[in-house]
Amino acid sequence: MKRPIKVLIAKAGLDGHERGALVVAMGLRDAGMEVVYTGIRNTPEQIVQAAIQEDVNAIGLSSLSGGHMAQFTRVMELLKKEKIKGVLVFAGGIIPDADVKKLKKLGIREIFGPGSSIASIAEFLKKNVRSK
Amino acid sequence: MTERREEPGKFPFARGIHATMYRGKLWTMRQYAGFGTATETNKRYKYLLSQGQTGLSMAFDLPTQIGYDSDDKMALGEVGRVGVAISSLADMEQVFHGIPLDKVSTSMTINATASILLALYLAVADKQGVPWSKVSGTVQNDILKEYIARGTYIFPPAPSLRLIADIVEFCAKEVPGWNTISVGGYHMREAGCTAAQEIAFTLADGIAYVQTCVERGLDVDSFAPRIAFFFNCHSNFLEEIAKFRAARRLWAHIMRDRFGAKNERSMMLRFHTQTAGSTLTAQQPDNNVVRTTIEALAAVLGGTQSLHTNARDEAIALPTEESALLALRTQQIIAYESGVTAEPDPLGGSYYIESLTDQLEQQARGYLNKIDNVGGMLKAIEGGYVYKEIYRAAYEHQKAVEKKEKIIVGVNEFVSEKKLSLKTQKIDPKSEPRRRRELAALRQKRNATKVEKCVGTLERATRSSENLMPIIIDCVRNYVTVGEICKVLRATFGEYRPTHSI
Repeated sequence: MKRPIKVLIAKAGLDGHERGALVVAMGLRDAGMEVVYTGIRNTPEQIVQAAIQEDVNAIGLSSLSGGHMAQFTRVMELLKKEKIKGVLVFAGGIIPDADVKKLKKLGIREIFGPGSSIASIAEFLKKNVRSK
Repeated sequence: MTERREEPGKFPFARGIHATMYRGKLWTMRQYAGFGTATETNKRYKYLLSQGQTGLSMAFDLPTQIGYDSDDKMALGEVGRVGVAISSLADMEQVFHGIPLDKVSTSMTINATASILLALYLAVADKQGVPWSKVSGTVQNDILKEYIARGTYIFPPAPSLRLIADIVEFCAKEVPGWNTISVGGYHMREAGCTAAQEIAFTLADGIAYVQTCVERGLDVDSFAPRIAFFFNCHSNFLEEIAKFRAARRLWAHIMRDRFGAKNERSMMLRFHTQTAGSTLTAQQPDNNVVRTTIEALAAVLGGTQSLHTNARDEAIALPTEESALLALRTQQIIAYESGVTAEPDPLGGSYYIESLTDQLEQQARGYLNKIDNVGGMLKAIEGGYVYKEIYRAAYEHQKAVEKKEKIIVGVNEFVSEKKLSLKTQKIDPKSEPRRRRELAALRQKRNATKVEKCVGTLERATRSSENLMPIIIDCVRNYVTVGEICKVLRATFGEYRPTHSI
C-alpha cells in the first residue's frame, strides 16, 4: 500500500492566528493525509528541523502577521542548506499579491489566501507531491 | 419566553446599562490603529483625531506583545508589522508627542506585557505634567483568552494572574480612571466559536479574574466597576443583537448572586465591540464595507459603549489611510444619519429578539455550568476543553462553506472573475534594521548604574508577593526596555508551553 502524503503544517514567527492552520490541518487529515501541526511560534530553524525529523512530503507555512517575507525566505534558505529535496512547500495567510510573486520565485509552489477551500489544497497536494 | 419587564438602565441591564443610552451620549468611536514606528503611528493618531475619532486604540507589534525588543532575534520579520514597536520610554514618548494624555482616552491591546505598557503610559503622563488622576484608558490585560485563541502569552497562568491582580490593585488606588481589564470574547469568536460560546467563555474568563482579585482580599465593588468587556460583532444581525443583551443579563446576575456585589456599577457589563475580521473576504473587497456596516449597526442596536469598524482591505493587509477613514465614516453615518440612536434598546420587546436573547442566555449558562463542573475556567483551559470546542466549531464552519450550506458572497457564490486590486498599506522593510541601531544607541546613552539598580530591585520583587507595578514604573522611567523587564520576569516565572494538539 502506498504511504499517505505526510504534511507539516507550521506557524512561523510570533503570529498566534491559528484558525486557518488548524482548519487546514484537520481538513487534510480528513482527506486521508498524515498531518503534523507545529503549534504557534516557531522559528524557521525549528520548522525545518521538524520537517526533517518527521520526514514529511510537504510543508504548509502559515502567517497572518506580515512577517512572511523574512520568515518564509529563511525557511527556504535552510531547506537548501540542509540539502532537502523533493519536499513541496506551500503557504497561506494574509499575503499581499506583490509578495506572492516573490515567494513563488523562492520556490514556494502555491499560496492559498483567505477563502481558499480545503478541497483545493488537498487536490493540489495530491497532484504535486512526489511520493517517497 | 419568560414574562419579564426589563428596563434600560435597570438590573439586570439586558436592555442597556443606561436609561437614555445614545440619547445621552454616543458610543466612543475607537479605531484600532498602529503600525511601523512610533513616528508613523503618532502621525496616524493625529490624523484620526483630526477626523473626529474620539478615543485612541493602540495596536502593538508582536515582539512588544510577547516581550521582545525590536533587536531581539525572536523579533525577526515582525517589527512594526501588526502594530507599533515599543521597546522603551523613548518610543512611547514619540507615539504621544503632541497628544495631551488628559485630553484623550487610550485603549491598549496588550496582555502579557500589560503592566509594562501601562507603566510606560504613566511615565509619559508624568513627562507631560498630567496627573494620573486625569489619565483614562484601558489595558486589555486579559491573559486567559491568549492561551485559548490569540497566542500572545508569555508566562504560565498563575504568575500571569498575579500580574493582572497587581494592575487591578494598583489602579484602584493610583489611577482611578483606568479600566484595568477588558475581558475579550473577540478573539475566541474570530478563532471560530459560536455566539453562545463567545458569551460563555468570555464571562467565564471574567469570573476567573474577579475570583482572583477577591482572593487577594480586594472588596469586589472596589475594582469590578473598572472591568470592561470586548466582544465581536458577527454577520448574523439579529443573533448578535440578542447576544449583547443576553451577556449583560448574565453578567449582572453573576456579579450580584455569585460575588455579592452591592454597587450596581459592578453589575453593569460595559463593552467595546469590533466588527468581525473573519467575515471579511479578500475576494471583492468592497463588499466588506457592506458587511461591516451591518455588523456595526448590530453592535449599536445591541448597546455597545465603544466601537471599532474594520476597513475593507483587512483580509489583504493593514488598512490604508483612505480605507481607515471610510471605516470611521461608516460609524459616523450610523450615529448621525440613521436615527437608531433615538431610543434605547429599540428592538426590546420584539418577540424574536426576546426569545433569541433567552435562548442564548440558556445556552451560555449550559457552557458556564460545564466549566464550573470541571473546576473553573483555568482548569477548562489547561485541559484543552475550550480550545477544542472552538476549533471544532471553526472546522464545522469551513465544511459548511465548502458544501455551500453557508453562502459567502464572492467566495463560494456570486463569484466574479474580475480581480479587483487594492492599494495596500506597506511597512518599510528598512525600519527593522533602523530600530536595531536606535536601540543600540539608547542602551549606550542611558544611565547604566540606575538601570542595573532597577533591574536588581525588580528581580528581587518577582520572588516576593510585592505589587510589581511601582517597580516596573521605576524601571521604564530609567529606560529599561520591555525586553529587559520581560527577561527578568521570564527567569522567575518561567514560560508557558501549550500541550494540546489537534
